Amino acid sequence: MPAIADNGAGGQTRLAFALAGAGSGERQRRLWRALALLIAALIVAPLAVLLTRIGDADPQLLEHLLGHVLPTVSINTLLLVCLVVAGTGTLGTGLAWLISRYRFPGRDLFSWALLLPMALPAYVLAFVAVGLLDFAGPLQTALRALLGPELRLPPVRSVGGAALVLSLSLYPYVYLLCRNAFDSQGQRAMEAARSLGLSRRRAFWRVALPMSRPWLAAGLLLVVMETLADFGTVSVFNVDTFTTAIYKSWFGLFSLGTAAQLASLLLLIGFGIALTEHRLRDRAGYWSPGRGRSGTGEDLPDTSGWLATGICLGVLMLAFLIPLAQLLLWAAADASGIDASSLRAAGRTLLLGMAAAALVVSTALLLAYARREAPGRVTDIATRLATLGYAIPGAVLAVGVFVALSLTDRALPALAGADWRIGGTLVAILFAYQARFLAVGFGPVEAGMARIGRSLDDAARVLGAGSRRRLLQVHLPLLAPSLFSAAALVLVDVMKEMPITLMTRPFGWDTLAVRIFELTSEGQWEAAALPSLALVATGLLPLVLLNRQAQSRA
Amino acid sequence: MTAQLQLRSVSLGYRDRKVVDGLDLSVERGGIACLLGPSGCGKTTVLRGIAGFEPLTGGEILLAGRSVSRVGQTLPPEQRRIGMVFQDYALFPHLRVGDNVGFGLHTLDAAERARRVGFWLEVVGLAGMDRAWPHELSGGQQQRVALARALAPEPDLILMDEPFSNLDPDLRDSLAREVGELLRERGATALLVTHDQGEAFAMADHVGILEAGQLQQWDTPYDIYHWPANRFVAGFIGEGVMVDGLLLPGGDVQLPFGRIPATTPGAAPNTRPPLPPAGPVRVLLRPDDVVHDDASPHTARVLRKAFRGAEILYTLELEGGVSALSLVPSHHDHAIGSRIGIRIAADHVVAFAPSEQT
Repeated sequence: MPAIADNGAGGQTRLAFALAGAGSGERQRRLWRALALLIAALIVAPLAVLLTRIGDADPQLLEHLLGHVLPTVSINTLLLVCLVVAGTGTLGTGLAWLISRYRFPGRDLFSWALLLPMALPAYVLAFVAVGLLDFAGPLQTALRALLGPELRLPPVRSVGGAALVLSLSLYPYVYLLCRNAFDSQGQRAMEAARSLGLSRRRAFWRVALPMSRPWLAAGLLLVVMETLADFGTVSVFNVDTFTTAIYKSWFGLFSLGTAAQLASLLLLIGFGIALTEHRLRDRAGYWSPGRGRSGTGEDLPDTSGWLATGICLGVLMLAFLIPLAQLLLWAAADASGIDASSLRAAGRTLLLGMAAAALVVSTALLLAYARREAPGRVTDIATRLATLGYAIPGAVLAVGVFVALSLTDRALPALAGADWRIGGTLVAILFAYQARFLAVGFGPVEAGMARIGRSLDDAARVLGAGSRRRLLQVHLPLLAPSLFSAAALVLVDVMKEMPITLMTRPFGWDTLAVRIFELTSEGQWEAAALPSLALVATGLLPLVLLNRQAQSRA
Repeated sequence: MTAQLQLRSVSLGYRDRKVVDGLDLSVERGGIACLLGPSGCGKTTVLRGIAGFEPLTGGEILLAGRSVSRVGQTLPPEQRRIGMVFQDYALFPHLRVGDNVGFGLHTLDAAERARRVGFWLEVVGLAGMDRAWPHELSGGQQQRVALARALAPEPDLILMDEPFSNLDPDLRDSLAREVGELLRERGATALLVTHDQGEAFAMADHVGILEAGQLQQWDTPYDIYHWPANRFVAGFIGEGVMVDGLLLPGGDVQLPFGRIPATTPGAAPNTRPPLPPAGPVRVLLRPDDVVHDDASPHTARVLRKAFRGAEILYTLELEGGVSALSLVPSHHDHAIGSRIGIRIAADHVVAFAPSEQT
C-alpha cells in the first residue's frame, strides 16, 4: 500500500524508541501513584494534625468542658441524630413506596417535586420555621387570639424542633435511594411474594423493605453525616451540638485548643461513619435486587388515592412550598431590599464557589486519571483518603485547616525567608472547601472517565494520536458533561456552605450564607429572606442535573 | 523478503506469567492471516503486542521490514502505521462518522481529508453517511465505519480483534466474507484473531491455531481441517470423534467396522511425531467420513440426532461400543435406538499415536 507520509525515517524511529524505552510505562505509573498520594496527603494532613490535639485542651476550660459542655453536647447530638434518622427513614421510605408502587392523582409530578426540599438549605427552613412558629410568630399569635392568652405550645427552639426541620430537609436522600431500590426491584419480587400467599402489606415488610436495606442504610448514613455536620440549623434553634460547641469555644471563649479537642472527637465519629459507609457499599453488590420490568404501579381507589396525594402534598407544603412563600413575603416586605453590601456578598459567594469548583474539578480529574493510569491498591487507598472529607463536618475541617496552616505559617518564614501567611487568606478557605467537597466532584468525574473505554484510547493511538491529541480530541470532549456536572454540584454546595466559610474566611469576605447566619442570629428574618432566595435558586441547579441524568438513563 | 509482518520467537506476558511463548509466524504482503484459538489462549495478547500496546518479554517483531518491538524497546503504537478494528469497534461517540474515518488523516488538509473520507465510506458501502452519529448506525454499519477508519490512513498492516463477534450470526459470515474480499481488493495485509472458525475460514488464507500461548499449526484452512497436526487441533476444528484403530504395514488403517485406505499407498500417515510403521493408533473420523448405506454389512445404533435442515447429524454407537458422528441427508429420518447400516468413506487417514491424551 502506498504510504501517505513516511514517518519511519531512521532518526525519528530511534528517538521514539528512546522515549518509549524499557519500563517507561512503569515509571509513568509510579508518577501517577505519587501524585495521588500527594493529593491524599494534602487532604488528610489537617485531619491528622487535629488527631494529635485530642488531649490538648486549655486546663482552665477543661473542667467546664467535661462538666458542662460535653454531656449536654453529646446527649443533644445523639438525640438529634436518632430523631432525624427516624423522621427521614419514615418519610423517605413511605414516600418512595407510594411513588414507586402506586398510581394516584399527581404521582408523576410528586415523583420529582418531592426532591425540591433539597434546594432549600436546612438552616433556611430552620429560621423560617422559627419565624413562623415562635411565641411572637403569626401562628401562635393567631392561636392565642382564638383560644385565649394562656395558650402555650411546646417551645420551638428545642432538639425536637431542630429534628423536625432536619427531617423535612434531609428526607430526600432516603427518598431518592429507596425509590431507586424499589424501582429496580421491579414487580417480580413482589409478585413472587404475593403468589406465596403474602398480603401486600406483609410483602412490603418481608420482601421489599429487606431487599432495599443497603439503599436505605446508605441514605440514612448520608442523613447521619449531614446531621452531625449541621451547624446552621442547630444555631438557629439554639441547640448545643458538637459543631456549635466548636464554634463557641473558638470564637466565644477564644480557645482554639478546646475547639480542636472537640473537633477531634467529632472527627473520630466521622471516620467511623466513613468506614461503615465504605463497607456497606462493598456489600451492596451481593444485595443487588433481581432484574425485572419496573412496574407501572397499581391504581389506588379514589379515597386512598386522594389520601396519597394529600400526604405527598402535605410533606411538600411543609418542607418547601410554605417556607418558600414565607421567604417571598418577607423579601417583599423587607425595606432595605438589595443594597451594595448584599450585592457584594452575592458576588463573593459566586466567586468563591467558582474558584472552589475549578480547584475541586481539576484535582478530581488528576485523581481520576491516576486511578485509570495506575490502577491498584495504592491509588484506591489514596482516592479513599482524598474523598474522606464528605464524612467530616465542616466545623471540624475548618479547625483542622486552621491549626495545620498556623503550623506551616510558623515554619514558613524560616523556610522561605519571607513573612508569608496562608492562614486567613483565600488559599486557606479554598483548601478547606477542597477537602470537604472533593468527593462531590470526584463522583461524576470518575463516572465519566469510566465511560471512556480503553479501546477508544487504543484506537486513537493506532490512528497516530499522541497523548496531547488524545487528551484534547478524545478525552476532554467526552468528559465535558461530567466535568460540568461536577463543577455545578461543587459550586452549589460551596455557596450554601456555612461553618467553613464562617470560620476560615478572609476578613470581610462575607458570603450569602454568612449574612444569613448573622442576620438570623439577630432575629432579622425579613432581611435574611432575600439572600436565602438566592441560595434556593442556585440550589435548583443540581436538581435539574439530577433530573436530566435520570431521564437520559431511562 | 516479502514478509509484511514477522514474529520471531515472540514471548509476551506479565511478571511471573507467560501468556505467549516463542511464537514464530510471518504474513506475506497482501496476505490475510488469522490466529484462531479458544478464549484465554493468548491470541489477543499477540495482537496487542504487534500493535505496540504490550512490551515483549522475548523475541522480535518486524513490520514492513523494520524492527518495531524487541525486549526493552517498543515503538509506540501511534508510530507503527497500523490500522486496528476493535471488538467493540471503539468508534469515537462524540465524532460524526466522517470525523471518525478522518481521525487518522489529521496530517492532510481539510479538502483532501474530506475526499478520502468520502472514498473510504464508499468502499465500505456507506457513501453519504459521513454526517451520521455512530449511535445512529446498526452494528454492521458501525463495523464498516471501524473498518473504513482503520483502512483510511493506508496502514502497513490491519489488525482485527474478534471483529464480528458482536454481530448476529447471520450477518457474521456474510460480512466476514465481504470484508475478506474488500481487503484483498485493496491489497491490504491483515491479521485477524477470533475464536470462531467460520470467520477464520471465511476470511483468511492462512490460519494459525493458538493454544496455551503456543502455535499448534500454521496452515491453509483446508489443511487445518483435513490435516490437523495434533489432537488439540483435530478436536478444536470441526466436528468428529477419535476411534481406536490398527495401522497396517501398507499404510491402511483397520477399524472394527471398516478400513480406511492409505493416503499415500505403502506409506504411514504423515504426523508429528511420526507414527511407527504399524501398530495401534487413534483415528479422527469426521461426520462426513461415516456415511449411511443400507447395503453395508456394518450397522450402528442411533444414540442421538440433531436436525440441521438439509442434514441430520447422528451420534451413532458402532460395533465395540465406539461412538461416532455421521452427517446424513435429512430425508433419512431414523428413530433413536434403531439400527442403520453405515460405511466408512474417508479418503485419507488422520491418525495419532494412541498414548497421546485427548
